[in-house]
Amino acid sequence: MTLIGWTQIILFCAVVVALTPLLGAYLTRVFDGRIALLRPVETGLYRLAGVDPQREQHWLSYTVAMLLFHVAGFALLYGLLRLQSLLPFNPAEQGAVAPDLALNTVISFLTNTNWQNYGGESALSYLTQMLGLTVQNFLSAATGMVLAVALIRGFARASAKTIGNFWVDVTRCTLYVLLPISIVFTIFLVWQGMPQTLGPYVDAATVEGGKQTIALGPVASQVAIKMLGTNGGGFFNANAAHPFENPTALSNFVQMLSIFVLGAALTNVFGRMVGDQRQGWAILAAMGVLFIAGVAVCYWAEAHGTEAMRALGLAGGNMEGKETRFGIAASALFAVVTTAASCGAVNAMHDSFTALGGMIPLINMELGEIVIGGVGAGLYGMLLFVVITIFLAGLMVGRTPEYVGKKIEAREVKMAMLAILILPLVMLGFTAIAVVVPSAVASMGNAGPHGYSEVLYAFTSQAANNGSAFGGLSGNTPFYNLTGAIAMFLGRFWMIVPAMAIAGSLAAKRSVAATAGTFPTTGPLFVGLLVGTILIVGGLTFFPALAVGPIAEHLSMLQGVAY
Amino acid sequence: MKVSKLRKNSPSATMLDPAILLPAIGQAFVKLDPRTLVKNPVMFVLEVVTALATVLTVRDAFTGGGDMLFELQIAIWLWFTILFANFAEAVAEGRGKAQADTLRQTRAQTTAKRLLMPGNNELYEGVAAERLEVGDLVLCEAGDTIPGDGEVIEGIASVNEAAVTGESAPVIRESGGDRSAVTGGTTVISDRIVVRITTAVGSSFLDRMIKLVEGAERQKTPNEIALNILLVGLTLIFVVVVDAIPSFATYAGGSISVVVLVALFVTLIPTTIGALLSAIGIAGMDRLVRFNVLAMSGRAVEAAGDIDTLLLDKTGTITFGNRLASEIIPVPGVSEAEAAEAALLASQADETAEGRSIVALAREKFGLSMDEAPSDATFIPFSATTRLSGIDAGGRRLRKGAVDSVLKFVRDESRADVAEPPAFRAAVDRIARAGGTPLGLAEAGRLLGVIHLKDVVKPDVKERFAALRRMGIKTVMITGDNPVTAASIASEAGVDDFIAQATPEDKLRYIRGEQANGRLIAMCGDGTNDAPALAQADVGVAMQSGTQAAREAGNMVDLDSDPTKLIEVVEIGKQLLMTRGALTTFSIANDVAKYFAIIPAIFVAFYPQLGALNIMGLSTPQSAILSAIVFNALIIIALIPLALKGVTYRPVGAVALLRRNLLIYGLGGIVLPFIGIKVIDLAVTALHLA
Repeated sequence: MTLIGWTQIILFCAVVVALTPLLGAYLTRVFDGRIALLRPVETGLYRLAGVDPQREQHWLSYTVAMLLFHVAGFALLYGLLRLQSLLPFNPAEQGAVAPDLALNTVISFLTNTNWQNYGGESALSYLTQMLGLTVQNFLSAATGMVLAVALIRGFARASAKTIGNFWVDVTRCTLYVLLPISIVFTIFLVWQGMPQTLGPYVDAATVEGGKQTIALGPVASQVAIKMLGTNGGGFFNANAAHPFENPTALSNFVQMLSIFVLGAALTNVFGRMVGDQRQGWAILAAMGVLFIAGVAVCYWAEAHGTEAMRALGLAGGNMEGKETRFGIAASALFAVVTTAASCGAVNAMHDSFTALGGMIPLINMELGEIVIGGVGAGLYGMLLFVVITIFLAGLMVGRTPEYVGKKIEAREVKMAMLAILILPLVMLGFTAIAVVVPSAVASMGNAGPHGYSEVLYAFTSQAANNGSAFGGLSGNTPFYNLTGAIAMFLGRFWMIVPAMAIAGSLAAKRSVAATAGTFPTTGPLFVGLLVGTILIVGGLTFFPALAVGPIAEHLSMLQGVAY
Repeated sequence: MKVSKLRKNSPSATMLDPAILLPAIGQAFVKLDPRTLVKNPVMFVLEVVTALATVLTVRDAFTGGGDMLFELQIAIWLWFTILFANFAEAVAEGRGKAQADTLRQTRAQTTAKRLLMPGNNELYEGVAAERLEVGDLVLCEAGDTIPGDGEVIEGIASVNEAAVTGESAPVIRESGGDRSAVTGGTTVISDRIVVRITTAVGSSFLDRMIKLVEGAERQKTPNEIALNILLVGLTLIFVVVVDAIPSFATYAGGSISVVVLVALFVTLIPTTIGALLSAIGIAGMDRLVRFNVLAMSGRAVEAAGDIDTLLLDKTGTITFGNRLASEIIPVPGVSEAEAAEAALLASQADETAEGRSIVALAREKFGLSMDEAPSDATFIPFSATTRLSGIDAGGRRLRKGAVDSVLKFVRDESRADVAEPPAFRAAVDRIARAGGTPLGLAEAGRLLGVIHLKDVVKPDVKERFAALRRMGIKTVMITGDNPVTAASIASEAGVDDFIAQATPEDKLRYIRGEQANGRLIAMCGDGTNDAPALAQADVGVAMQSGTQAAREAGNMVDLDSDPTKLIEVVEIGKQLLMTRGALTTFSIANDVAKYFAIIPAIFVAFYPQLGALNIMGLSTPQSAILSAIVFNALIIIALIPLALKGVTYRPVGAVALLRRNLLIYGLGGIVLPFIGIKVIDLAVTALHLA
C-alpha cells in the first residue's frame, strides 16, 4: 500500500462527503416540487400521459404504476433486441439476439443490474444501445431513486394516505437530475477522449501488418448514465477497463465519484425530509465505516499479493487482471465502489483478485448493496436494515422500537424480513443448484473453491442487481441466462414491493415525539450498532457460503495450493 | 444516582420454590404436544427438526450407519433444549397459578339475597351467586359476602376488601358519588346496602383477575407478535442457509450427515429468545400483579414502557395531601409564645390533620405541653357556616379559621370596627402567594396572628421526577388549586408542568393535546368524571377504591389505590421491554461463536485448510458440534432467572441505557459462548463423549 494510493482513496471519500449536502439539498427541492425550471415540458408530458400531477398515490397504486411502467419497458427493449437487424443505426449489421439472452438482457437492464451475458460491440446495434439500453439506464435509475424517495416520505409524513405520484417523481427525477448531470458528464468524458459517434467501426492496420477492427459508437453518452445511475452496463465487453470507456486516471476518478454521488446525496435527502439532517449523516456514516473497511481489506490484499507470485519473482502486489493505467489502489477502490453501489462497472478483472480481495466485492453485494448502493436501492435497502436493527436493539432502552418518530411494529418487521429473506434465497439457492448441475459446472473457468466463487459471484451480483462479473464463468448459456433473469427479477422486485408496503404503513402512522428516553439514532453508538447488525445478520447468512469459497481458497493459498 | 427499587407487596416466590419447580417439570413434558408448541414458531420448528434427527438416529441404530453414539447425544440434547424452553414457560406460569389459587378460595360458594321487588328490602330469595344476572338487585347485610361486582344503589356500609386488595382496613361504600362500586368476593362488615349487579358471572373483576394471573387469557402483545415475526424471518433465512450447504459439500466432493445439519440449524436459529419469550411476558405481568396492579391487557404493560408524560394528581402523589402547619406568625404586640399557646389550645380538640399538625408544631417549636384540655372546656367544631373552630375554656374564647371569618369573629366579639393590622394582611398575602393556606387566630375580641398551613411536598419526589426527566418522561401535576398555589408547589416538587383548577375536561383536553404531539400519556383516577380521561390516556390506572365507571375506563387497576404507583408501572413496562430486547440481542450475538464451532467442524473433512477457523481449538469435529448444542440448551436454563426477574432498570437516559445493555448483552453475547463452548468441549473430551 502506498501513500499515493491512500491519498486517492481519502480524496475520493472527501469529495463524496462534500457533495452530499449540496446535491441533497437540490434533490430535496426537486422531489418536493420546488424546482420548476422546465414546468412547461413537465406539464406537456403529464398531459400527454394523462397524469394529474396534483394527485398523489396510495403506496399500492404507486407500486402498481411502477410495475406497469416496467411491463412497457420490457416489451420495448425485448422487441428492440429481437428485431435490431431490421432496424436502422446498425452499421456493424448485428443480427437478432437469441431469446434466452434477450430475456436475460432485458431483465438485466430493467432491474438496474446490467449483467451482460452479451458483448456490446459484438452483439448490439447502435439503436439498441441508445434507444434500448441507455433509455433503460435512465429509467431504472430514476425508478430506484423515486422508490427511495417514496420510502423516505413514509418516514417523513404522519397520518398520510399517500406517498407521492410515481409518474411525477420519475419525470422530475429524469428531467432535473439525471439528464442535466449526464449531459455535462458526457461532455467531460468526450473531452477526456471517449468516442461519441454514430459512425461505423474503424479498421486499422497494425504494426505487424494485420487488420484490426476498432469498435466505436455513442460511448460517452451511455457511460455517463451507466455510472451516474449505478447501472454499470458497459458499451464494450471490457467495460471500464477498455481505454475508450475509461481513457484516463481523471476519467476513472470522476466515474467512481459519479457512481457514489447520487446514492450518498439520498441519505441527505432522507435527513432533510425527516427534518433532521443528522439522521442522514448517521446512515452515511454507517455506510462509510463499511466502505472504508472494505477498501482497506481489498487494497491490502491486492497490494500484499501472494507468496506464489513472489516465488515467481513478481514483486509489488497483485497486478494480474489490472490496468497499468490505474494501478492497484485505483483498481481496488473501483472494485469496492462498484460493488458497494450497485453499479457493476469494472476496471479490472475481479476474478484475478486475490481470494480475500475478491471476497470484499462479494460481501458488499451479499449485504444487499447498502453501502451507498444502487441509486435509491441502496438507501431503501439500508433503511430495511435500520428497521431490523432498531427492532432488535431498540427494546433495550425500555421502549417499543421507533425510528425518526415512527413506531416499528409487526407490519414493518414482516415486510423488512420478507425483503431481506430474498437475497440469501436467490443467491444461495441458485448457487446450490448450479454447483451440482453438470452443465452449469462446465461453465466454470476454474476448479475447486475458485470455480465455486465464480458461480456464487454471478448469482450474488445478479440478485443484488449489481451486474459486475467475476469473470471466468461463461454465462451465456440457457441455464445461466434463465436462472440469472429470475435472480435479477426477484432481487429487485421482491425487495421493492415490501419496501413500498413499509412506506405506506409508515406514512399512515402518527408521529411520535422524541424525548431523552428515545432510542438515539444519530450518534456513534447507533452507527456502530447498525454496522454490527448488518455484519452479524449478513455475516451469519453468508458465512458458510464464503467459507467454502474465498475463505477456503485463501487458506489453501497460504498452504501453497492454487485453483 | 438513586436506583429506584420496585417494592413488592407480596413476598416473591423464590426461583427454587419446589412447589413451583416440581409441577413445572411435569408441565415441560406436557407442553411437548405439537398443538401447544405450534403457538411458538421457533420452538415448533425446533421440535420438527428434533423429531427428524431422532428418527434418523433410530434408523442408523438399526442399519448401523453413522456415528450412533454421537447422533444419539445430539438428539437427546435437542430434546432437552425444547424441554428447557417449556420449563421456562411453566415456571413463569406456575408463579401466577399459585396466586390464582389463593384468589379462587375467596370466590367460594356465596348465596345472594336477591330482592323480589325493587324498593322492598325485606322480600328476597336466596340464590346461588353464579346464577345472578346483570341488573339483579341484591341485599347485602353485615357478614354477607357481596355476590358479584356491582353498584350500591341504596344505603351505606363498611366493606372489607382484603380478598381483592390484601388491605384489611374496611372501606366505606355508599350509594351515589364516587364510592359506589363494590367488588364480588368482598365482605360487608356493618350496615346494609342494596347492590345492583353490573357484570355477568365469569367476567367479574375477581374472575378476570384469576384469569390474568394464571395467564389463561394471555394473548401475545403487539410487540411480542412483531418480535415473533422477526424470529420466524431469521429462522427462514437459516433454513435457506443450511439447505444450501449439502450442495456445496457435494461440489467439494464430500457429504454431511443430516443430524449434523440439524445441529447447525438449531444452533443458528434464535432458540434462546424463542424459548424465553413467553416466560418474559408472563413474568412481566406477574411483576405488576405482585405490585398489586392488574393490567387488563399485555398491550397496556407495553404501552407503559412507552409513556412520555405522566399526569399525576397532586394530592397523595406529590404532596402528603393534608395541609400542615408550618409557622405561626403573631400580630404586632402579641408574643410568639402567646400565639403558639393560643393555637395549641384552640386546636386541642381538633382531630383533623390540620389541627393535629398545629398541636405538633406548637409542641415542637415552642416546647409547649398540654396533655389535656381544661375540664370546663367546650369544643366548638368547625362548621361550613361559621368556617371557624375553637374552644371555650376557663373564660377564654379561642377561635381559628378562615381569615375573613376570624376577622368577623373579632369584630363581633369586640362590637367595634377593629382595624386589621397591616402586618397581619402582609403575612396573609405572603402565605397565599407561597401556595399556603392562612388560618386566622383570635381570642375573643383580639386578633392574635395567623397560622401558615402548607401543602407539604413529599421528601423524595423531586429526585424521582429528576430521574423521570432523565428517562425523557415529563411529569404534569394536576391540582384543583389556583394557579398561584399550583405554580409554587410545582416548582417545589420539580414537575415539568401543571394544570391548575383542573376539571375533568381540562385533563381530557391536555391528554388529547399531548397525544396530538405524538406523546403517550399515563394517568390515574378514581371518580366517574375521570372515566373519559382514563379511557383516552394510553395507560389509565383506575383506583380499586374508585367507581365502576373509572375501573371500566382504565386499562389497569391499582388494588392499593395508591396514585404514586403510576411511576412504578412505567418502570415495570420498561423493564419488560428491556428484558425482551436484551435477550434477543444476546441470542443473536451468540451465533457468531456457534458458527466458529460448527462450520470448521462440518467442512474440515473435505477442506482441511478450514481447520484454521477452529479458533477455539475444539478437540474434534464431533465434540465441537456437540459442545455447541449443549451450550445452546444450557444457556436457556441459565437465563431463566433473568427472564423471570427482568433486566435491572436504571432511570438514566436512553443513550446510557443502550450503551450499558449493548455492552452486557451484545458484546457479552458474542464473547460468552466462545468461553462456554470451549469449557463444554473440554468436559466432553475429558468424558470421552465425542
